[in-house]
Amino acid sequence: MAGKDSDIRYLTPISIDVKKDKYCRFKKLGIKYVDYKDPDFLLKFINEQGKILPRRLTGNSAKYQKKVAQAVKRARHLAILPYLADQLK
Amino acid sequence: MQAVQSVQMKIIKTNNMNNYETVFILTPVLSDVQVKEAVEKFQAILKDAGAKISQVENWGLKKMAYPIQKKSTGFYSLFEFEGAGDVVEKLELAFRRDERVLRFLTTKMDKHHVAFAERRRKKAKA
Repeated sequence: MAGKDSDIRYLTPISIDVKKDKYCRFKKLGIKYVDYKDPDFLLKFINEQGKILPRRLTGNSAKYQKKVAQAVKRARHLAILPYLADQLK
Repeated sequence: MQAVQSVQMKIIKTNNMNNYETVFILTPVLSDVQVKEAVEKFQAILKDAGAKISQVENWGLKKMAYPIQKKSTGFYSLFEFEGAGDVVEKLELAFRRDERVLRFLTTKMDKHHVAFAERRRKKAKA
């Protein structure tokens, strides 16, 4: 008879996301300019469909979120980033 | 009480020269010679408009995120120059007239952008 006290073992330990305090990566790293020409940096700020992520997810401050949005739109104009995509990452 | 005037290191613009950066895409149908010739043509337009070109980059044939005019690849190249405002007008007029150019984007560079371009040039040279 299987041990009664065999507790349920999860394949991956469930991670209760502890309250991570969000920070603005631009202030922390001291980045002052968002380059619209390099896609890998901008990929961090758009979701799989190519949409710009909101501030509450990226944790950016207003000033740098505007710069990121401006850079993404310029990259889209130059066909560096797609306007809409599926499973972009 | 004499108000202490905070001496702020401000870059006072003496002339009306601004820094601009232009990225444009040429149609992939061109041969390498034609691409170089097109890039030189736009450089010449900039020079005789009185601009000082500080950086020219050719990223070569790159795949575009979405097809433009039924073409999915293009020759990307970048100009970084300093000049008065009307230089950009002349350059963009030439871009619009030339049908080899699929798309172009000119941006005015603020001080952070200029510093970034400086670092990028140094890194490229190193």
